[in-house]
Amino acid sequence: MIKSSSCFFPNNILKLFLSLIIVCSSNFSFAAGEKISYPQLKWSFSGILGTFDRASQQRGLQVYKEVCSGCHGMRLLAYRNLKSIGYNDDEIKAFAAENSVNTINDDGEVVERPARPSDKFVSPYPNDKAARAANGGAYPPDLSLIVKARPDGANYLHALLTGYVDAPAEKKVPDGMYYNKYYSGNLIGMPQPLYDDGVEYADGTKATPDQMAKDVTAFLAWASEPEMEDRKQLGISVMLFLLLLTALSYFAMKQIWAPIKNQ
Amino acid sequence: MSKSKFKNPVVKWIDHRLPVFSFMDHELNHYPTPKNLNYFWNFGSLAGFALVTMIVTGIVLSMNYTAHVDYAFDSVERIMRDVNHGWLIRYIHMNGASFFFIVVYIHIFRGLYYGSYKAPRELLWILGVLILLLMMATAFMGYVLPWGQMSFWGATVITNLFSAIPLIGESIVTWLWGGFSVDNSTLNRFFSLHFVLPFVIVGVVILHLVALHRFGSNNPIGIDVKGTQDTVPFSPYYTIKDLFGLSVFLSFFAAAVFFFPNFMGHPDNYIEANPMVTPAHIVPEWYFLPFYAILRAIPDKLGGVLFMFGAIAVLFILPWLDRSPVRSSQFRPIFKVFFWILLLDCILLGYLGAMPAEGIYVILSRIATAYYFFHFLILFPLLPYIEKTKPLPISISEPILGGGSPASAFAMREKK
Repeated sequence: MIKSSSCFFPNNILKLFLSLIIVCSSNFSFAAGEKISYPQLKWSFSGILGTFDRASQQRGLQVYKEVCSGCHGMRLLAYRNLKSIGYNDDEIKAFAAENSVNTINDDGEVVERPARPSDKFVSPYPNDKAARAANGGAYPPDLSLIVKARPDGANYLHALLTGYVDAPAEKKVPDGMYYNKYYSGNLIGMPQPLYDDGVEYADGTKATPDQMAKDVTAFLAWASEPEMEDRKQLGISVMLFLLLLTALSYFAMKQIWAPIKNQ
Repeated sequence: MSKSKFKNPVVKWIDHRLPVFSFMDHELNHYPTPKNLNYFWNFGSLAGFALVTMIVTGIVLSMNYTAHVDYAFDSVERIMRDVNHGWLIRYIHMNGASFFFIVVYIHIFRGLYYGSYKAPRELLWILGVLILLLMMATAFMGYVLPWGQMSFWGATVITNLFSAIPLIGESIVTWLWGGFSVDNSTLNRFFSLHFVLPFVIVGVVILHLVALHRFGSNNPIGIDVKGTQDTVPFSPYYTIKDLFGLSVFLSFFAAAVFFFPNFMGHPDNYIEANPMVTPAHIVPEWYFLPFYAILRAIPDKLGGVLFMFGAIAVLFILPWLDRSPVRSSQFRPIFKVFFWILLLDCILLGYLGAMPAEGIYVILSRIATAYYFFHFLILFPLLPYIEKTKPLPISISEPILGGGSPASAFAMREKK
């Protein structure tokens, strides 16, 4: 684009305009004013061609189920969605049936039935107030969008889950609060969730806190953007088409304009 | 109108009674356009394309959206997760807003650089500023609809600005909200207005085009078209050039939609609105940041609001602030330098708008705001008295043919 403009217009002006776009749009990354920096990991799903690691996602689902789901809901995710991380219909049916949901029977009474694949993930608490009351006033946020809802979400989440260290001597940690070096203000209401062998992985992977944090982050990243793989794949085709269209229209333009330019 | 213009008998029959084909033939096909337009003249048609894209995707989104505080957030997530290609439609709409503003801002700065607002195109310019204002209102209300944290708190901050109006301010804010806080009635009316305003924009765009076609496009050297030797018919010359520009634009746009869809958004908007929890920093969308910086630069609330709206208001009277008869910056050496300073000033304001309002940022915002108004209100009127403009070419075709005055010929070569 810059090269082809040279016949019409000065390069430097175009470059300045392009940098205007870049400067304007890059404001946001630091707009939130976060000062804590997290370890930057290499995720399989980052980058233009990145995809999710199925095995890691499935381990992450196990961590979510056995560790997180006691307090955190995933209300936007349905059991049927688990098909796209590699489970079959029977497995999903069985997984859903471990939970129960309220329904109204023909006599108008509220009764429980096992959850179905079409149901959304059952939240651990009936409402926000119950969630707060059970957790000393701290609300355990729903995790459906957590990776998208935090700046640098995947790295942040992994850091937070592995960021429990002993508080420095001068820092007073009140009852019901825990010290986390990556949490804003360092005092968090969530106790350390991940310990060595906190879960037992079926595939034999060693369940270190770091490994579990990576796996559950991979699972939650997918839950935030279940369309990501489709999106990137379609994106590649669209970009190839557009590059071709750009090239063709460029040469067509050059040919049409040739008599005018050569006058 | 010659009878033999159209060969197809149906077209001929219709055109004789309703001359739409003659109209299109005249305005889109033969329409004489200066032959020296550079790529910055692509941005008008790109803005039109962006507007249509926003309307089409917006109508589809509205079929799946629920304008209620309890359901809005989840209905958007349902679009993202369960509606077929809903994520694509929403990401096009979401990023389309940003790209619409990028295109329009470049379009505006092109007008500033080449003096496109000067006689006889004053109304063309004013209609353009009106479109900008309508776009801002539409974009602001659209950002509220997903009912995330930034939606809610952005709406609260911006609507509260009206409370700065003396005496009746508080009542106006209650009236805007339809209640005593940003709530369901606010969301409903914003949805309604967000749906209808784009069609108002279409109306003003049509007027903008009518005004444009009255005298035709300005051009990089800013002198009037002297005759047919200076122009080419719009089609095929500018239809193909616009198609090329569109392909390049779409490549950037698609890259954002498919690979970085949330780059220009704010993570907090994926947290459902909660009136009990205020985000640490309430930041508007990037395209409002320069105006947000001006708002916060003024220590007085009413003053801040007046200066913020004043930043747009000066654009309305721009054709009468700049009295120089020379349009293009290419022949205005001092004006040209200040143009780049103004552009950098606006970028600086945008940066400052994203920063917290404290310390050095406040001081810089005040300096940048002062410069913005100095540029339009003092520099523009005074410059013609001190600036010695370069000699203008005799006609558009001469510098292209290489037969212009030596000075202008060199000026053109330098640019290459």
